[in-house]
Amino acid sequence: MTTDATLTDAAVRRKRRALLLSLCTTLGALLLAAVFLMPLGYGAATALKDKDGVSDPNAAILPVSALTFDYEGEERDVYAVPMPDGEVRDLALVEPGRESSVFVDPDDPGAGTVEWEGRWRTLEPVTGLDPQWGNFAEAWNTIDFLRLIGWTLMYALTTMVFTVVSSAVVAYGFARFRFPGRNLLFGLLMATILLPPAVTLVPKYAVFLQMGWVGTYLPLIVPQLFANAFNVFLLRQYFLTIPRELEEAARIDGAGPIRTFLRVIVPQALPALTAVSLFHFFYAWNDFFEPLLYLAGNREIMPIGVGLSYFSGVYSAEPHLILAASILALALPVVIFLVAQRVFIRGIVVTGVDK
Amino acid sequence: MSDFTEAVLAARRGRRPGRPAGSMARREARWGYAFISPWIIGFVLFWAVPIGASLVFSTLDFQLTDPDATTFAGGSNWERALSDPDTWTALAATFRFTVLFLPLSLVVALGLALLLNSKHLKFTGLFRLLFFMPSMIPLVAGILIWQQVLNPQTGWVNRLIGLTGVDASGSDGIRWFDNPVLVLFAFSFIGLWGIGNSMIVNLAGLQGIPTELYEAAAIDGAGWWRRLRSITLPLLSPVMFYNLVIGSVLILQYFVVPWVLFGASGRPDGASRFLLVHFYQEAFVFGNMGYGAALAWFIFLVVAVFTGLLFGTARYWVHYGTERS
Repeated sequence: MTTDATLTDAAVRRKRRALLLSLCTTLGALLLAAVFLMPLGYGAATALKDKDGVSDPNAAILPVSALTFDYEGEERDVYAVPMPDGEVRDLALVEPGRESSVFVDPDDPGAGTVEWEGRWRTLEPVTGLDPQWGNFAEAWNTIDFLRLIGWTLMYALTTMVFTVVSSAVVAYGFARFRFPGRNLLFGLLMATILLPPAVTLVPKYAVFLQMGWVGTYLPLIVPQLFANAFNVFLLRQYFLTIPRELEEAARIDGAGPIRTFLRVIVPQALPALTAVSLFHFFYAWNDFFEPLLYLAGNREIMPIGVGLSYFSGVYSAEPHLILAASILALALPVVIFLVAQRVFIRGIVVTGVDK
Repeated sequence: MSDFTEAVLAARRGRRPGRPAGSMARREARWGYAFISPWIIGFVLFWAVPIGASLVFSTLDFQLTDPDATTFAGGSNWERALSDPDTWTALAATFRFTVLFLPLSLVVALGLALLLNSKHLKFTGLFRLLFFMPSMIPLVAGILIWQQVLNPQTGWVNRLIGLTGVDASGSDGIRWFDNPVLVLFAFSFIGLWGIGNSMIVNLAGLQGIPTELYEAAAIDGAGWWRRLRSITLPLLSPVMFYNLVIGSVLILQYFVVPWVLFGASGRPDGASRFLLVHFYQEAFVFGNMGYGAALAWFIFLVVAVFTGLLFGTARYWVHYGTERS
């Protein structure tokens, strides 16, 4: 009996200790996440402030403004009024006076006015949450958000199709066919991940300029027709896991390599193709350097990243608008990520672990 | 499949691996080349030829504003690249930031992955999402948000520091973007928002470590720190190496953050004049294509030497060969 009791005692203590550890770890993680994501909270709060609320260092953290109350056709400011009985009431100032003023209760204007002894100038104005949703509309119009998004989507989606199709074709070649120099070529492909693109830019720019492509999307789009090392690598890894029997069955049915690729590999590899598409979509949404370079300041066709940076340069005195525009710009990618996070994170794992 | 089995199989097939014989094999090779041909064309057009052409360009005096006046300049662009004080400012700025941020990002990515992998943590999926999410925020939007949250007067960072009693927001407050050292921390904060990928890669690496190893170590009485040092870190070293190489290649070409915040100004005190900023300004703002090409090759060499050194050290600390599941 006694040994049983001590055993359960130990078990209870161990359980309690595990629970405590869980609690501490989880709370610690929560705190860390709060610090990590704090700028987002600041961005959201500030994007909703009016201009005064942004620049005043003593302003409240949340977007607030002084409350007013419409009494007999006039806007009256609301103050926190300490009443003689010690209670503090939020009252609207109707008739300011030097030593005594007349107030009205905004919650019950029918009850008539209240006369208060004291100097109203010493009273604290009452503020209430007052998010300026109009900032988003203003930012939307000022940066011409629809045009930016339109060009960004055009760029991201076109190049997504180009790079996914070409990378899948190349990846299939590396995954399933034996040919002399395959390992060398694959090594060369992987080396391009480490090569700094800067070393290719000057001649490329000079040629694109000669061709009249600078100032258009062509220098950004056309190279995507020729596969990309990261995507090829990821897709090849996935293709290698597809059982060969499926392809052999197709071949026996008389399908050539192209038919086999389209009918067997592509349907089997949909998760990997989705991951690569998403990766590219986010990459293109983020792309800054190449649009900055090749669009050569053509503001009519800027994608979102470059457009935002121009906007922030011009509107540096209006941080609330800059933040509203930034939040508009991050909304779509973040929503897509939240919907597709499983596929997405799986894809990162493949590139990082299965080298 | 081990190298040995592969060799045996190849011997049975009566040929060396990768060298097909007979018409079937030739057919297969032709299809293989056909499938990879888009990449081969792209590699020649957008990598091989431009890299070579860059080298040629670097010997020319080629101004974008007056291409017809191009002349052969010999090594003068290279001489100029090496004697230009801006080149050395840029190299110093790039290395200072690399030395600060590379270890920082590796440690934070590992720390977060360890946290997410902890058996004590509840709501793992939620936390993984929260820590990853900033990586999904478009870079320029993230930069602008950080620029505001670090603003000296009303930014929350200085107001939070102010809670500890330090006067961070006042006129003698902390000016993150005016001080060449503090600005590196501002860059680092922005960089840490993009840490999601390496965190996930680390996490996957951690989950691939066989639990029996930890159980055995626990029986031997090894504590948390000992298990981390003797099991986790060695087994994770290939993943860490991957993160290190990718991270250093990216950081040596750091451009968007300094450009969005400071343009080509180099403020404060040259701290934002990174190698790529210097190159971009010379080549594409001033139009000195010849000099730009020399700088591009300079960057190429810096990246090559740096990654070469990393690969050189790999055999002393990266553990390959033990089974990975």
